[in-house]
Amino acid sequence: MRLVILDNYDLASEWAAKYICNRIIQFRPGQDRYFTLGLPTGLPRNHPESYHSYMWNNFFKHIDIDPNNAHILDGNATDLQAECDAFEKKIKEAGGIDLFVGGIGPDGHIAFNEPGSSLVSRTRVKTLAMDTILANAKYFDGDLSKVPTMALTVGVGTVMDAREVMILITGAHKAFALYKAIEEGVNHMWTVSAFQQHPRTIFVCDEDATLELRVKTVKYFKGLMHVHNKLVDPLYSMKEANGRRLDQNSA
Amino acid sequence: MGTPQLRVTCARPSSRPELGAESGACRLVGLRMRGGQGAARAPVIQFTNCRILRGRALLREDLWVRGGRILDPEKLFFEERRVADEQRDCGGCILAPGFIDVQINGGFGVDFSQATEDVGSGVALVARRILPHGVTSFCPTLVTSPPEVYCKVLPQIPVKSGGPHGAGVLGVHLEGPFISHEKRGAHPEAHLRSFEANAFQDLLATYGGLDNVRIVTLAPELGRSHEVIRALTALGICVSLGHSVADLGTAEEAVQSGATFITHLFNAMLPFHHRDPGIVGLLTSDRLPLGRHIFYGMIADGIHTNPAALRIAHRAHPEGLVLVTDAVPALGLGNGRHTLGQQEVEVDGLTAYVAGTNTLSGSIAPMDTCVRHFLQATGCSVESALEAASLHPAQLLGLEKHKGTLDFGADADFVVLDDSLHVRATYISGELVWQAEEARQ
Repeated sequence: MRLVILDNYDLASEWAAKYICNRIIQFRPGQDRYFTLGLPTGLPRNHPESYHSYMWNNFFKHIDIDPNNAHILDGNATDLQAECDAFEKKIKEAGGIDLFVGGIGPDGHIAFNEPGSSLVSRTRVKTLAMDTILANAKYFDGDLSKVPTMALTVGVGTVMDAREVMILITGAHKAFALYKAIEEGVNHMWTVSAFQQHPRTIFVCDEDATLELRVKTVKYFKGLMHVHNKLVDPLYSMKEANGRRLDQNSA
Repeated sequence: MGTPQLRVTCARPSSRPELGAESGACRLVGLRMRGGQGAARAPVIQFTNCRILRGRALLREDLWVRGGRILDPEKLFFEERRVADEQRDCGGCILAPGFIDVQINGGFGVDFSQATEDVGSGVALVARRILPHGVTSFCPTLVTSPPEVYCKVLPQIPVKSGGPHGAGVLGVHLEGPFISHEKRGAHPEAHLRSFEANAFQDLLATYGGLDNVRIVTLAPELGRSHEVIRALTALGICVSLGHSVADLGTAEEAVQSGATFITHLFNAMLPFHHRDPGIVGLLTSDRLPLGRHIFYGMIADGIHTNPAALRIAHRAHPEGLVLVTDAVPALGLGNGRHTLGQQEVEVDGLTAYVAGTNTLSGSIAPMDTCVRHFLQATGCSVESALEAASLHPAQLLGLEKHKGTLDFGADADFVVLDDSLHVRATYISGELVWQAEEARQ
């Protein structure tokens, strides 16, 4: 894996954004060649804090993506399992996910794959763990009874199929989960740990998220920052990307 | 209050045969003609590179328009899966709801209070010529006039949607003749009236009917004003207090009877006094009906109100401030003599006087000038200044769902402003109806 450690939330976000930007440019997308970006799913539709609103306000409205190319799991579908199966099919038809970007929960889950989820699971309906419900309460005025208890989510296996995975982890409350994810073994109680077995994973975090890691681990990866930073050197055009050779340090 | 009897004193076709207890919303049925059927097939226009006034703040957002209304782009994206048919770059400008002028007596040589054979074209001329001022809706105002004038003029000023032809007419503002003799200002003494004898019937007889009427300014100290105010309010007509020597108590009672507006605060009323603030005291009165606050018009032309007084009013009650022009026919014309109502007016630079006196006779500052002056004099935020000319008049008239706002579903009446709040372009129902010279390619 690559572990990229930045000083704070803003710098970590910026680094990640630049990296994604570069990956897309390097991919040289075109009319018939789509870069498939995967993102974890969220709350039901028609809620002010719905994932649709979130994705619209924070992403879609700022770019010129064709709406038909934005696929979001529909929590209001009549047959939820069919919706999930269709989603898996759409991913396959798009040629698979090129880059999956996600975060982790305090309980170490990726997307809504709560502790105990199979590490080869696919897109399905999950009942949320109390930890997750508590974390989401802030979107529902702190009223626990209003927080949805079920969610559609991509599976751990679905994400493992992506060609590259980027996990963003910021804040001290995620530190223990990060420790479990990268310094302990692969364990279905900490589903993010599954990515230890993925060929191209990159963890982007801030100082606070490293609080539970060994000093040795942190020092090693911080020492590699000069190499990591080459990955975010600006690529302004596809032409430039062809002429450059990015440092391919072992993953 | 029973259904008032309509007594027609002159022959004219009535566009509204019954006069029942309509709410304010019913009176504007003529304005909501665009949108609805077929709107889904209308082209989607996305205004980009702009800041829009929404939710009381200036946001860096795109404005989406379809079928003459503001569109919710999120719904378009997820439900219809469509993108914009056309994008228009606004060059970093501010997009604000179109200004609404609820007190304008004429302009460009046109006097709304003159009983000509073709009042309609006069209104149309003004409607078109105020588009460069950013005004997208207005209330043509008639000053104190004899009944014959009302009878002839009122039916010729119907409520009308705006468009490339000009700003929309929301209804007529009748300022007078039921006002104070002492505070008549520029209004002709000979035509002042009272409704002491038959209250609402007197009013109806004077005006000849209330079709097309949106606002009535009266003095609440006149006998039986409460009955009149209640009757007008029941018909959905906004009652405004002005040209009056009422004390605060009388004014408060008038508000309790239904009055919601003050006509040009400070002008033509008793000055603020610390033991009896008069009408001005309504801004901070604690005896207004629950949940309601008073709106008040202010002429921010730099002449009618000292900036310090403007600031006092604004700081005391910012949400009620409504910018009005109270423009006279001399608006847009040069220096010289012009007609206002039944009197002569002298224009000298930025000031208009009753000919031969020192009495101010209305303002000739365009609405956008008033907005800029207001911003500069009060030091308020750009959002506040813009709301005073758009949202607040819309709220006064109960139109805030469709006018004076850029919320989803509202009419796409808006104005493109640069950072110094000069108008670059005006849009009505999503259509460009005026553009500044430099902006044209």
